[in-house]
Amino acid sequence: MIPFAFLQPTSVDDALAAWTPGAAWLGGGTNLVDLMKTGGGQPSLLIDLSRLPGLRDIEMSDDGGARVGALVSNADLADHPAFAARFPMVAEALLAGASGQIRNAATVAGNILQYPRDAFFKHLGEDPLDGDTTSLSILGANGPVAVHPSDFCVPLAALDAVVEVQGPNGPRDIALADLLAPTADTRTALAPGELVLALRLPAEGATFAGHARYLKVRDRTSFAFALTSAAAALRFDGPRIAEARLALGAVAPTPWRVAEAEALMAGQAPDADLFERAAQTALSGAVAIGDTGWKIELARRTAIRALTLAAAHTPARLPALPGSPFAAQAKDHAHA
Amino acid sequence: MSKIHVTTTVNGDEVEFLADPRETLLDCLRDKLGMTGSKEGCGTGDCGACSVTLDGTLVCSCLVLGVEADGKQVGTIEGVAEGGVLHPLQKKFIEHAALQCGFCTPGILVAAKALLEQNPNPTETEVRYWLAGNLCRCTGYDKIVRAVMDAAADLRGEAA
Repeated sequence: MIPFAFLQPTSVDDALAAWTPGAAWLGGGTNLVDLMKTGGGQPSLLIDLSRLPGLRDIEMSDDGGARVGALVSNADLADHPAFAARFPMVAEALLAGASGQIRNAATVAGNILQYPRDAFFKHLGEDPLDGDTTSLSILGANGPVAVHPSDFCVPLAALDAVVEVQGPNGPRDIALADLLAPTADTRTALAPGELVLALRLPAEGATFAGHARYLKVRDRTSFAFALTSAAAALRFDGPRIAEARLALGAVAPTPWRVAEAEALMAGQAPDADLFERAAQTALSGAVAIGDTGWKIELARRTAIRALTLAAAHTPARLPALPGSPFAAQAKDHAHA
Repeated sequence: MSKIHVTTTVNGDEVEFLADPRETLLDCLRDKLGMTGSKEGCGTGDCGACSVTLDGTLVCSCLVLGVEADGKQVGTIEGVAEGGVLHPLQKKFIEHAALQCGFCTPGILVAAKALLEQNPNPTETEVRYWLAGNLCRCTGYDKIVRAVMDAAADLRGEAA
């Protein structure tokens, strides 16, 4: 690591005032410190956020939504019974990610803002098409661009999550989907010096709680990035789907959501043919880069399977491992 | 870069050291405090050989900066045995021969202890899920899982 200065501000105002170009916010460190060690990130100043007050709260709002502080750990959020009851597929995605040690340290804001793995490739001057191309996008990218590696962000995108940020120009809210829409020059739409304070899940997201699943497919059943994943949520009106949400993970530089795929399920009875069409629509335009052709078919099957699981119902106990009906934590995650 | 004065508690004892911000908590434990039980395997949070608790929470000390530990409670493998008396997990690891080269063992013991404090009666699947962040290249994990299950039974006061 190159030398850097280190500050531990005790208020958000002090943290914002301390920011200078080249500075980085330090949350759990599971992504940033890793990058700094491997040469992928070299901040001149680290601003440790751990002393900031109020950023570890999980508030279940009266309207049925939730507000989650930026520094809440992945483990604490996944293990919050009321949160898991309203947003089970978010908890399921969190429990499918990383390891216990990493989930304990990793934060909500850090997960959203994590560097994709092509940051490593680019820094090291490697051709991303050499060797393993598993992490390359098949949608939403011109050329070899790594996928967004997060599990957590996939259901968040499906549920229209909003991120509260504060910066030199004051506070603003930005939709997660907009925050994560990369441009040629930036990984996220966060402006220099802006700090994420909280994540909000709108109350409407909780109306899917009875039929919401996150399905992650990976090389081994634990502690591996997704090969493909899908967050599927359905709200029923009698035997028919009133509204559907579907977001795909590990296929694009951002969680991949297609409005037409969701719209075609509204008003329909859930069946294999419908989910097949929704998956095809969600993946229309997918292009194999390198040897990722397998990923298009795997993503299609993952989407169909996630929709089928969601149509069945959200299980009373969250399976933390794909296909394994057990709760990772000692307590049950009862759902609404 | 100037060094930063850090005051922290390790296994209940208050300690102080000067840390360059680049030094990880693992570096500080090993090189400044002489506590070499925690190991550096990968250095990137994958292998868990450096597992410690920070304010009671299991983390990889290779991804925590030493300066972040200021004012916190650190728990390491050196604090697992009490005096000369091994923790039931340590005894069961010996009984089951749940280690070969031993490099991963301190991290696995710290992680397993954290699991049993949260969940005294885990299923085998829960043990495997919880220990997913601790890599062992010798044992194939089976003896480790059996030792943890046996230690859990012992701690619950049940005969194995």
